[in-house]
Amino acid sequence: MSREHKPHVGFFVSCLADLFRPSVAFSAIELLEAAGCQVEVPETQTCCGQPGYNSGAVDDARPLAHRVIEAFAGFPYVVVPSGSCAGMIKHHYPKLLAEYPEWHARATDLAQRTWEITSFLVEVMDYAPTVSPLQGRKVTYHDSCAGLRELGIKQQPRKLLARAGVELAEMQATEVCCGFGGTFCAKMPDLSEKMVDDKLNNALDTGAGVLLGGDLGCLMNIAGRARRRDSQLEVRHVVEVLADELTGPAIGEGER
Amino acid sequence: MKQTSEHFQDSARVALARTEARERMDLLGLFMPAMRDAAVAEVDFEALREHVKRVKDHTLDNLEHYLRQFEEQVVMNGGHVHWARDASELNATVLDICRAAEARRVGKGKSMITEETGLTEHLEKAGLHVTETDLGEYIVQIAGEPPSHIVGPAFHKSEQEIRELFLDRHKLGRRQLEDPPAMVAEAREVLRERFLTADVGIIGSNALIAETGQTLLVTNEGNGDLVSTLPKVHIVCASIEKLMPRPEDALAQIRLLARSAIGTAVTAYTSFYSGPRRAGDLDGPEQYHVILLDNRRTEILGSNYQDMLACMRCGACLTHCPVYIGAGGHAYGWVYPGPMGSVLTPLLTDLEQASELPNACTGCGRCEEVCPAGIPLPDLLRDLRADETRAKITPARWRWGMKLHGWLARVPSLYQAFTGAAIAVLSRLGRRRGGFRSLPLAAGWTQVRDFPAPQGDSFMRQWKRRKKEAGHD
Repeated sequence: MSREHKPHVGFFVSCLADLFRPSVAFSAIELLEAAGCQVEVPETQTCCGQPGYNSGAVDDARPLAHRVIEAFAGFPYVVVPSGSCAGMIKHHYPKLLAEYPEWHARATDLAQRTWEITSFLVEVMDYAPTVSPLQGRKVTYHDSCAGLRELGIKQQPRKLLARAGVELAEMQATEVCCGFGGTFCAKMPDLSEKMVDDKLNNALDTGAGVLLGGDLGCLMNIAGRARRRDSQLEVRHVVEVLADELTGPAIGEGER
Repeated sequence: MKQTSEHFQDSARVALARTEARERMDLLGLFMPAMRDAAVAEVDFEALREHVKRVKDHTLDNLEHYLRQFEEQVVMNGGHVHWARDASELNATVLDICRAAEARRVGKGKSMITEETGLTEHLEKAGLHVTETDLGEYIVQIAGEPPSHIVGPAFHKSEQEIRELFLDRHKLGRRQLEDPPAMVAEAREVLRERFLTADVGIIGSNALIAETGQTLLVTNEGNGDLVSTLPKVHIVCASIEKLMPRPEDALAQIRLLARSAIGTAVTAYTSFYSGPRRAGDLDGPEQYHVILLDNRRTEILGSNYQDMLACMRCGACLTHCPVYIGAGGHAYGWVYPGPMGSVLTPLLTDLEQASELPNACTGCGRCEEVCPAGIPLPDLLRDLRADETRAKITPARWRWGMKLHGWLARVPSLYQAFTGAAIAVLSRLGRRRGGFRSLPLAAGWTQVRDFPAPQGDSFMRQWKRRKKEAGHD
């Protein structure tokens, strides 16, 4: 495929991947390139503004939305390895900027160009990943709330995993929140503990050794709780599996 | 009712520590959503919800018109309409009616509005004998507890707890109450006498119908009909947003309500009350009163919280909310628990006292997904958190933390330099073990889980380094 015909993708790293799990971002870029995209990473990006927006600091979140809108102007596709950041851009930016007509128009335009990575790979690129070394292992999947309910992400990661030969052992209540909820987990740790324990127990009940998901917030929460309970459950982002990026430690795991 | 919303987290901790009660709540959180999902699958939920929402929006936008029409119709039917600005006005009006009728005994149907105003306590203080006749309400009344769920007030009680309660409170001699049917039979026996001797019957309403002046009530026990038709005085207590233009509009809503609330197509009883006994009627009350409560609803009308007035009190958002299932209904500390309660309580009482409630939400969106009134509950809860920030109710460390984050993230070079350096240190300290058991400024996180260590340098640092090496710069 010649360069001109390659879909031009602006990659939004997401702050958790940037800071805690760069392998998620590298894996996502690798997948996008393997799918035939030309990927660019605007270096003026930071955070989508979710922490402030969701905890009521809307005035602190608005300038961050402006930043993202500016950094990703002109890309036909903006791809994000996180359902909640993609949901923030697609659903909440237009609301956050509703009272500023010029910004609102730009936000709506960006919303239409923004994709969560698994849905982009399936719906736009119809991508088939190579067979994963996880083939034959028992793997379960946590549906993150924002991706699931704001963007309808449910079958897309499952389709990609099936194409990679990974069979899922679905857990009970996979669509119920893991208790992360951004600042919720720090503000109300006792309730959060109950919820993440329920999630972990449901995951372990499947007999799975690996839990995958599409949002680092949830995954860090589940992995952090698994470590605290000395559980051996391996927690990874789905793109790491699809890109065969499995050599490093799983989330929250020490170096071997 | 004494409000304790400010102790939400302490109360939730107590609830979480009671293993048996917690397991019952977990079952409720599985069972009720399964019932609701199955029932909703029988109808075109989205289309029906859309239709009812349009009707409700229209009604709220023209509330004054429909309220006038409703009042005219009730009067034409021979009833009386009373307007109550707040809880104390409603309570005083009911007491006046009871006194004028020289009433001593009152039978009540289930009504969240009278929970909101604390009517029972008010009447009892004035010397009246008040009996809740809905089984769940009766159980919590004799237990001296508030309801824990707006549809199933005694959902939190075990079979054994209810058995012990009945054996202790009912002076009926020696008996076993070996199974739930025996317990229900006993409650029926006790309540039957209360129905027959009540001077005044008080019920709530699921919908007020402007065109006909009727009030609509759904129940499963038929107690609402008994307290409405047997006593000589019938009082309906409802808040003003319960209005619907026509009977068919109210029925469209009921189709959603029963399915969402208890997972059935219809409730056992759907009753329209039209007024006092007419000449030639075989039964019915001599007096019919409708008391319309505002209690700050007119403040919500026209505000960015107006959607909340479409709530039909089905309770689906409660049993679908993992926070409600964990915390239990009592933790919310007032009349309405769960997501709908976390919106209503601050609006109807005090944002500062109820400030924990809008934060008792992970934003998971399950409530909005199942809400038959299409209320964007997560958005409204987020808006309340924004109100808390503006009113400086949010703790200063959170407000400044968010401000700092906002300032830093606005300047990419500064943000990347700062986070890059911090992450490098954090990674060096934690990488070998994989995470931290405790971390300054993250006590809430590390109280219950490890904090995963960063993999290494930040992505941005690595990306820029790679680009430089590749000779792009």
